[in-house]
Amino acid sequence: MNTQLSLNPITDLRELLTFPFMVNALEAGTIVAVLAAVVGWYMVLRRQSFTGHTLSVMAFPGAAGAALAGLPTGLGYYMACGGAALFMRRARGSIRRTYGTETATIATVQVVGLAAGFLFLSLNNSVLGGTETLLFGTFLGISRGQVLVLLIVALVALALIGLAARPLLLETIDSESARARGLPVAILDTGFLLVLAAAVAATSQITGALLVFALLVAPAAAAQQLTMRPGAGLALSVLFGLATVWLALGLAYFSIYPVGFYVTSIAFALFLAARLARAIRTRRA
Amino acid sequence: MFTHDFVRNAYLAGTFIALACGTTGWFVVLRGQLFAADALTHVAFVGAIAAAVVGSDERVGLFALTLAVAAGMATLGRRGEADDAVIGTVFAWILGIGVLLLAVLATSSAGGTGVAAANALFGSIYSLTPSGSRLAAVLGLAAALGVLLASRPLLLATLDTELAAVRGLPVQALAVGFLIVLAIVTAESTQAVGALLLLGLLAAPAGTAHRLTASPYRGLALSAGVAVFAVWGGLALSYAISSLPPSSAIIGLAGAAYAVATLLTRARRRQMA
Repeated sequence: MNTQLSLNPITDLRELLTFPFMVNALEAGTIVAVLAAVVGWYMVLRRQSFTGHTLSVMAFPGAAGAALAGLPTGLGYYMACGGAALFMRRARGSIRRTYGTETATIATVQVVGLAAGFLFLSLNNSVLGGTETLLFGTFLGISRGQVLVLLIVALVALALIGLAARPLLLETIDSESARARGLPVAILDTGFLLVLAAAVAATSQITGALLVFALLVAPAAAAQQLTMRPGAGLALSVLFGLATVWLALGLAYFSIYPVGFYVTSIAFALFLAARLARAIRTRRA
Repeated sequence: MFTHDFVRNAYLAGTFIALACGTTGWFVVLRGQLFAADALTHVAFVGAIAAAVVGSDERVGLFALTLAVAAGMATLGRRGEADDAVIGTVFAWILGIGVLLLAVLATSSAGGTGVAAANALFGSIYSLTPSGSRLAAVLGLAAALGVLLASRPLLLATLDTELAAVRGLPVQALAVGFLIVLAIVTAESTQAVGALLLLGLLAAPAGTAHRLTASPYRGLALSAGVAVFAVWGGLALSYAISSLPPSSAIIGLAGAAYAVATLLTRARRRQMA
C-alpha cells in the first residue's frame, strides 16, 4: 500500500476510514475482539486452552473441506468447529481419565483434522496459495455480509454467556458444589464448548486458524493477571482485546507487514505488561 | 517400490523418527505435556522459516529455536508458572513472528517461499536427501535410546515427584532433560512429517498405548510399534495413491489406531459391566 503515516493522527484516522474494506475490517475486528475476549476469559479460567487451540485448528479443515465441496467457507468453519467440540465433549465425558490421556484425545482430534485439511487442499490442487490465508488470516477481503454474520454469531454467543454467566462461573470454579446445587453441569459444559467453537470459528476468519489464540488467550490471561473479580476481569479482557485489534489493524494498514504479526505482538506485549504490573504489586505488598 | 532412492530414504528416516516419537510421546502423554509439545512443534515451523529468511540450513533454525523454547519452558516450569495460558500466549506470539518472516521472505526473494512454508508446515518426507535421512535415523535412534535408558527414573519422577526427590533422583534435571530430548525429536521430525502434523505422531500412538495397557514397558513398546506401523503404512499408502500426501496418510493411520483402541476399551468395559 502506498500510504504514509503523517504526524497528525486525525488525518491518519480519516484516511483509514475512507476505504470500505478498512471499515469492514475494523467492524469485523471489533466484533471478534469482544467475543473472543469474553469467551476466552472463561476458557482460560476453565483451563481449556488446549481444547480451544484444537478447535481453532479445526477451522482449517473446515474451510478447506467447504472449498472442496463447493459450500460457503464460513459454513465449513462453523461446522468443523462445532463437530469437533461435540466429539471432544463426548470422548471426555464418557470415561473418567487422567489429564494426560484426555489431552491425547484432544491432540489426536487436532492432527487428524489438520491432516484432513491438508488432504482436502491437495485434492483441490491449491496447496500453496490457500494455506497461508487459511492458517494466518487476512483482513482485506471481508465483505458486508461476513460482518453481518459475525455480528449475529457474536450476539447469540454473548447472549448465551450472559444468560449463564453466574452458573457457568460456579461450574468452572467448583463443579462439585454446582452439581450439588442442582445446576445442569453437563449442559453447561457442552454449551460452553459449543459457544467456544462458534467464537473460534468467527475469530479465525479474521486472524486465521493459527493466530486465534492471540485474541482468545492473551487478553483474558492478561486480565486475570490483574484481577480475579469476574466483572472487572471481563471488562479488562474486552478492553485489551479491542486495543489489540484496533492498534494492529491501524499499524498493518500503514506498513507492508501482515496484520497477524501485529495482533500477536501487541497481545503478547499487553500480557507481559500485565505480568510485570502484578509482579511489582506483589513485591510492594 | 523400494527400487526408488527417495522411498528408501523416507523409510529409513521415518522408521527411526517414529521410534523416537513413540517412546518420547508415551512420556509426554503420561506427564500431561502435550500442550507444551504442541507449542514446540509450532515453534519449529517458525525456526524453519527463519532459517529460510537468513538463507541458512533449515536444520539450524529448527534446532536453535526449539531448543531455546524448550529451555525457556523448563525454566519457567521450575517456578510452576508455565500453565496453559502462558504456553498459549507465548506460542501465539512466536507464530506471529513466523507470519512476519513469511512476509519478509515473500518480499525479499522471488519464488520458493510457498514451498518452504508448506514443507515446514506439512513436511516432505519424500524429498529427504540420503545424508539427511541418515542423520534423522541416527538422531531418532539416539533419542529413543536415551528415553529408554532414562525410563525408570523418569517414570518415578513423573508418577511420584516427592518420592523421587526423597530417593535422591535429580527430578529437576530429568524434567529439563526430557524437554530437551523432546525438542530434538521435534526439530528432526518436522522435516519429515511437518510442524503441524508431528503432534499426531507424539500423541496418537502414545494415546493408543495408554488406553490398551497400564504397564510401562509394554506401553512404550506398543506406542513405538504403533508409530512405526503408521509411518510404514502411511508411506506405502501415499506411494500407491498419488493424490494422498504422505503426512496425511501417516496421521490418518495413527488416528485410526487410536480410534480402534478407544472402541476396544469401551467394548472391554461393557463386557466387564
